[in-house]
Amino acid sequence: MTAVPAVAYTPQSYKSEVKPVWCPGCGDYSVLSAVTKALAKLELPPEQVAVVSGIGCSSRIPAYTNCYGFHGVHGRALAAATGLKVARPDLTVIAAGGDGDGYSIGGNHFLHACRRNVDMTYIVMDNRVYGMTKGQPSPTTEPDWDSKLSPHGTGLREFHPLVIALASGANFIARAFAGDPNGCADLIVQAIRTPGFSFVEVLSPCVTFRPEQREWKTMAHPAAVAPTDDPARAARRLMTDDGFNIGILYAGNRAPYRSAQAARVSPAELEKEFAL
Amino acid sequence: MLKQIEGSRAVAEAVALCRPEVICAYPISPQTHIVEGLGEMVKRGALAPCEFINVESEFAAMSVAIGASAAGARAYTATASQGLLFMAEAVFNASGLGLPIVMTVANRAIGAPINIWNDHTDAMSQRDCGWIQLFAETNQEALDLHIQAFRLGEELSLPVMVCMDGFILTHAYERVDMPTQAQVDAYLPPYVPRQSLDPAEPVSIGAMVGPEAFMEVRYLAHVKQMRALELIPGWAEEFRRAFGRDSGGLLHSYRTEDAELVIVALGSVLGTIKDTVDAMRERGVRIGVLGITCFRPWPQEAVRAALAQAKQVLVLEKSLAVGLGGIVSNNVRTSYAGAAQAVRTVIAGLGGRPISRASLERVFAQALDGTLDPVTFLDLDRGLVERALAREREARRSGPIAENILRDLGVVGARIS
Repeated sequence: MTAVPAVAYTPQSYKSEVKPVWCPGCGDYSVLSAVTKALAKLELPPEQVAVVSGIGCSSRIPAYTNCYGFHGVHGRALAAATGLKVARPDLTVIAAGGDGDGYSIGGNHFLHACRRNVDMTYIVMDNRVYGMTKGQPSPTTEPDWDSKLSPHGTGLREFHPLVIALASGANFIARAFAGDPNGCADLIVQAIRTPGFSFVEVLSPCVTFRPEQREWKTMAHPAAVAPTDDPARAARRLMTDDGFNIGILYAGNRAPYRSAQAARVSPAELEKEFAL
Repeated sequence: MLKQIEGSRAVAEAVALCRPEVICAYPISPQTHIVEGLGEMVKRGALAPCEFINVESEFAAMSVAIGASAAGARAYTATASQGLLFMAEAVFNASGLGLPIVMTVANRAIGAPINIWNDHTDAMSQRDCGWIQLFAETNQEALDLHIQAFRLGEELSLPVMVCMDGFILTHAYERVDMPTQAQVDAYLPPYVPRQSLDPAEPVSIGAMVGPEAFMEVRYLAHVKQMRALELIPGWAEEFRRAFGRDSGGLLHSYRTEDAELVIVALGSVLGTIKDTVDAMRERGVRIGVLGITCFRPWPQEAVRAALAQAKQVLVLEKSLAVGLGGIVSNNVRTSYAGAAQAVRTVIAGLGGRPISRASLERVFAQALDGTLDPVTFLDLDRGLVERALAREREARRSGPIAENILRDLGVVGARIS
């Protein structure tokens, strides 16, 4: 047997030659950087990683990586990623997208992906706005954010993705900040390493339609407490934090979804069962 | 009042003049400017009383509109492309329930591959869902059709889809004549629902119907659409008298009087076709145009009459029935008294491919000299297609078609090793 030469993976190993079309200053550049750093740290061959997305600015991310990419329809990233992972359990699967894609039009899949607990990592680049259609409110948009599509604000309470993930059964819940790509990369590493459905909500500013989000760099701060595996404690923490607590906020012990294994009954046995 | 405004803005103002009571708003290109325009009017207080709902998806948009319409409110929404397909179940539901919702469809291609540009695939996918489908040629007509749509839908208790070409119309700044509120109020009476959730007279809407009556309910939907065919010309005439212009109706003929070849099309491309026809007429070519405004119900008799003297018909359509060819052309064939082979299909403009006068003139000339294939794809790049087919012959694992073609074109610089 010939020895396989050791490959030194660098973040560059995971970047494609497609130049991102994100606006200058978009937080998503840092998330792309964090994902590639995390994959290098995990020393995963690019072809062993699949990046699956839906529609939106952040959902363009698969094309910017050198991994297997799948760009699906609006809101269906998690469903497509589930199919991909159960068909190829050997692959590391990352689903990625934005708050509109994941919490609004795809919100239903978010609940059930958490519940199903398939071993994958879901990265949501949350900028609290629909960016690709040029600035409309998403479920995480503040109720008083005034826009053409939300006259005087929607008046609707924000969606709480982390709490909903917890209640729905996600096994790993973290919040990251695009302004700290290294910290974000570390969280993605932990998310990928943790079996089951790992959810990483990344505060990723939209400097074009939400320029006030530049201030997030002064607001994001490390979580003051250690990760917990107690859902009740996590629930209290997630319901009451300021939304800028960065770190692993919950890491549970749920057994991940188990893909179908080899047939347990032989055709001969089956035949016997149906014999008249 | 004459205004130089964006098509989306014109539609938003026309919808506002129709006094909608519930508007469901969700962004999708190239429709977003319409609901944003309405949002701005809501903010100014120009649309009160009107509920403006930010919904979570297109499926929600249509479902909320259904609830609102069932409760007796005048309901409006707008969408495009993937959004229309995502709401498809509710689209059928709205027509099955006979709820007169008005919806703008800013026509756009359907993926995969992802494409945001104009063609008619979205609307055509819903052509048999029971909605009335009107296609606007210009922004003025788009504006006018919305006013007519509320009247038509509410009279018949049927939903109406007003289709306008995405970007080409929605984003074009054109001069439009915006009617006054008084004019619209005189043309469009307040909505009196045929069915309504009324506590004083409780009914349940949405019954399950088995084989004993399902066919009858569906047949009645067909009868309603046939009734629309009778009403639309009269209402277009009434509209002409009230607003002073020809807009809507079933169809519009242009220079067909002695035409041997008639070009049939829907939507904004009619403008380019008419320019081409004018140029060919100057050279003595007997050619004319038939623009279909009302695609559903299909104006069978009106089309038959309009094509009566045509020796040849060329249907130029921005959609493709994959595995068959044309959609509009197959409708046209049912209304053409001549030989079916005399109706030729030209598929054009898919995914926003420009339709130039030069290309149109080429296929029109081919139709006249009898060399045009029964189904032609306008300006198809045969070289690209052959390369893709060769790749598939050479290797089983030939990869995703769209990405390979983009690489052939040099549009995407994906790493190949």
